[in-house]
Amino acid sequence: MHRFRFVLWRPLQLLPVLFGISVITFVLIRSIPGDPARLLLGTRATPTALAKIRAQYGLDEPLWTQYLYFLQNLSQGEMGRSIVFKIGVLDLMANRILPTVLLVVGSVILSLLITVPLASLAARNRGRTVDHAIRLVSTAGLGLPAFWLGIMLIILLSVNLGLFPVAGFGDTWLDRLHHMVLPCLTVALALSAVLTRNLRASMIAEMASDQATAARARGLPERVIFRRHVLPNSLVPTINLLAVNIGWLIGGSVVVETVFSLPGLGQLLVRGIFARDYMVVQAIAMAFAVATVLINFLADVLTVAIDPRIRL
Amino acid sequence: MSVALARPRLRTPGLPVPLVLGVLLVGAWAVLAVGAPWLAPYDPIAQDMAAKLQPPSAAHWLGTDNFGRDILSRVIWGARIDLQIGFLGVIFPFLIGTCIGAISGYAGGIVDNVFMRLVDIVLAFPFLVLMIAIIAVLGPGLASFYIAMALVGWVSYARLIRAQVLVLKHADFVLAAKSLDFGHGRILFRHILPNALTGSIVFAMSDAVLVILNGAAISYLGLGVQPPIAEWGLMIAEGQGFITTAWWITTFPGLAIVVLAFGFSLLADGLGELLGVRE
Amino acid sequence: MSDALLEVQGLTVMSGRGSVVEDVGFAVAQGQVLGLVGESGSGKTVTCRAVIGLLPSGSLAITAGSVRLRGQELVGLDALAMGRVRGRRIGMIFQNPSSHLDPVMRIGDQIGLAVRHHLGLSRREARAHGIELLRQVGIPDPAARIDNYPHELSGGMRQRAMIATALACDPQLVIADEPTTALDVTIQAQILRLLLDLRDKRGLAILIITHDLGVVAQTCDRIAVMYAGRIAEQGDKRRVLSSPHHPYTAALIRCQPASGGGQGLLPTIPGQPPLVGAMPPGCRFHPRCSRAQPRCREVVPPLEAKGDGREAACLYPIEAPVLEFGR
Repeated sequence: MHRFRFVLWRPLQLLPVLFGISVITFVLIRSIPGDPARLLLGTRATPTALAKIRAQYGLDEPLWTQYLYFLQNLSQGEMGRSIVFKIGVLDLMANRILPTVLLVVGSVILSLLITVPLASLAARNRGRTVDHAIRLVSTAGLGLPAFWLGIMLIILLSVNLGLFPVAGFGDTWLDRLHHMVLPCLTVALALSAVLTRNLRASMIAEMASDQATAARARGLPERVIFRRHVLPNSLVPTINLLAVNIGWLIGGSVVVETVFSLPGLGQLLVRGIFARDYMVVQAIAMAFAVATVLINFLADVLTVAIDPRIRL
Repeated sequence: MSVALARPRLRTPGLPVPLVLGVLLVGAWAVLAVGAPWLAPYDPIAQDMAAKLQPPSAAHWLGTDNFGRDILSRVIWGARIDLQIGFLGVIFPFLIGTCIGAISGYAGGIVDNVFMRLVDIVLAFPFLVLMIAIIAVLGPGLASFYIAMALVGWVSYARLIRAQVLVLKHADFVLAAKSLDFGHGRILFRHILPNALTGSIVFAMSDAVLVILNGAAISYLGLGVQPPIAEWGLMIAEGQGFITTAWWITTFPGLAIVVLAFGFSLLADGLGELLGVRE
Repeated sequence: MSDALLEVQGLTVMSGRGSVVEDVGFAVAQGQVLGLVGESGSGKTVTCRAVIGLLPSGSLAITAGSVRLRGQELVGLDALAMGRVRGRRIGMIFQNPSSHLDPVMRIGDQIGLAVRHHLGLSRREARAHGIELLRQVGIPDPAARIDNYPHELSGGMRQRAMIATALACDPQLVIADEPTTALDVTIQAQILRLLLDLRDKRGLAILIITHDLGVVAQTCDRIAVMYAGRIAEQGDKRRVLSSPHHPYTAALIRCQPASGGGQGLLPTIPGQPPLVGAMPPGCRFHPRCSRAQPRCREVVPPLEAKGDGREAACLYPIEAPVLEFGR
């Protein structure tokens, strides 16, 4: 499949971006006011101990040398230790990655389950009351703060109806899924507002397209035309929009994890900032950036798989 | 098929409905924000422990929080902060992004390459994560939020403006200006830029929605506006401990955000319609 | 003309501004090729969309007239019944195969959807049927091409694939809307040849909509000239082209490249075709007509038989059976 050849060389193209990500996180963390050695050892450290730590981490060397150390450690999978948790940052992240992955994947799936029927309903009834209602709700939905939406869902479904747990993650898989429903729904609803507007617009454009007219001229019923011609064609721009929004999605998950006390990477990031646990902040910021880049790459692969015309 | 003939579809004279509604909504909040000292029934930060956690009533239309502060007054005073967030959080990125995008697109070559690689890198970070990281460095607070916003938010504007400038660079009227030997600065800022701005002005309106949401989220996380100041995101955070007993503390500030953001969304839609800009 | 396969009578299509097509009538017999000719905006495309029931709902509607296919009235049929006519009994070929084929669906599936829907074939039968169709429209190696996406075919091959989709369910009538306009000149003749071959093999009736008298000259048996939503003249192709009665037909013929003798600029018809809603009173062509008389401004000329099987809508028709080749 020569169309997929870009899968081989695209990662090479991404190297400068990954390099840039590492520079930015490095510079950010090093520009935090205060002495990193003192931060590591605490306020009561002796001057000898401080000097020793500085030498050990190369903190007394020029900044660019420190950056090279940082890259060297990075290549060996060494990202430092958490001051708060006293374990390696990578181990810490490994323990926290599951809720975040579940949250992002779950909300993408859920948002598509919400978006596709809603947008179809609106597009097929263009100009009628249903359409106006869906457009109104999705426009208003653009301004829904995810954290507030989460709290409202908790009040409504957890506190009043007792359907879902208020917070936390659970131990068994079933229990975890139960805990994930509300956080996923929160992110999915916020995301659906953006996607529905976009998908509706591209569906309407596709329904008026030449190829849909040609399909009508072949006598196909409207529902077949919609399912086989309109839907696949209009999904391509929506998948791209989803990819563009992946950064927003990860940012949103940081906040939503805090709302629901989900022990994920986002919550770890926020706690890391308050605890001044900078190795953790640095590692998670980098991990999120790299994940964003990779997911965009995956979206490109998916777009090429759906639309045979596209070559990258 | 019934032969119900539609009357000729004439463009209704006047402004698009979403624009009018958007202006009204945002305008209403602006009036509340400006008039807060006179319109708010209570002092937004004065505590009254005797009246704490009261549900909505005639005395306190939207109830009181755990310090007995009047929610309605705090929502009205909060409009000042959140409108300011929407305005300043958009204007700095807009100005920086416009300049960088214009120069990048006009100059081309190495300058363009460097700026665009920088844009790629900044865009690689999830917006909120980079914001949070920058605020972590600068220390929590509204000033840090604006600085972070300026450092991160300019990229979208730079991209939009650059794309426009690339097209307009070869337009006839620009070539004419060049043939008259006008300076680059004059050509770029007097001839190209005014024509390139329309799209980003519409984008700025929808961006205001995101900025307000981000500002509220940052304050919710405790990294933005600090207590006891009334700000909607912070109010939601403060009320979260009382959701089982006092739903009104979290509900009303959130509704305020939704309404203000809805206003800006309508404004963006309507303005886009008026100026013929499709996103 | 009771033996006509397709018979259109008094067809009138209105938009919000006024009539786009007015009192149009023509007939196509089995095995016959009729050319519907006119400038852009003359209503020819709207006429054929009205025949196949694909007027954009809300903006255009049939207000009078009848369209009969083998005697069955099509105007007023509900969506379900019309769906059994479209694709099944009337096939449609569009101008631009690049935009009228679904870019993300394989050629075979685009044919297959229609035959499975109309003929109830299984997936496998539909595929075999599709390969056979592609072979008939002259696509080499059809068994491989059926799995191609439209963009993988050349322009000419794409138009052949579109013809295959139109023929998929063995229709009696094919409507071809500017079938060669989007193609290279070298390919145009091949496609027209193919249409005539198919007419001969299948006994198809074909309605070709075109602005190009060259296409008409190569393919049609009969010709109907439209101007400003009305039929100006119709009849046997040879007669109409060699001795037009209507001044508009004559002017149109003079504007064709071949009749200009290859020297100098082509003659043009002065003025612009009228817009819907701003139709001149009387004969719609009179403001641009060199033979116009005062009466042309007042009386709408009826489409009258002029002997020799021809009809023209002109009060002062050209009677001289000679063409004024480039003066």
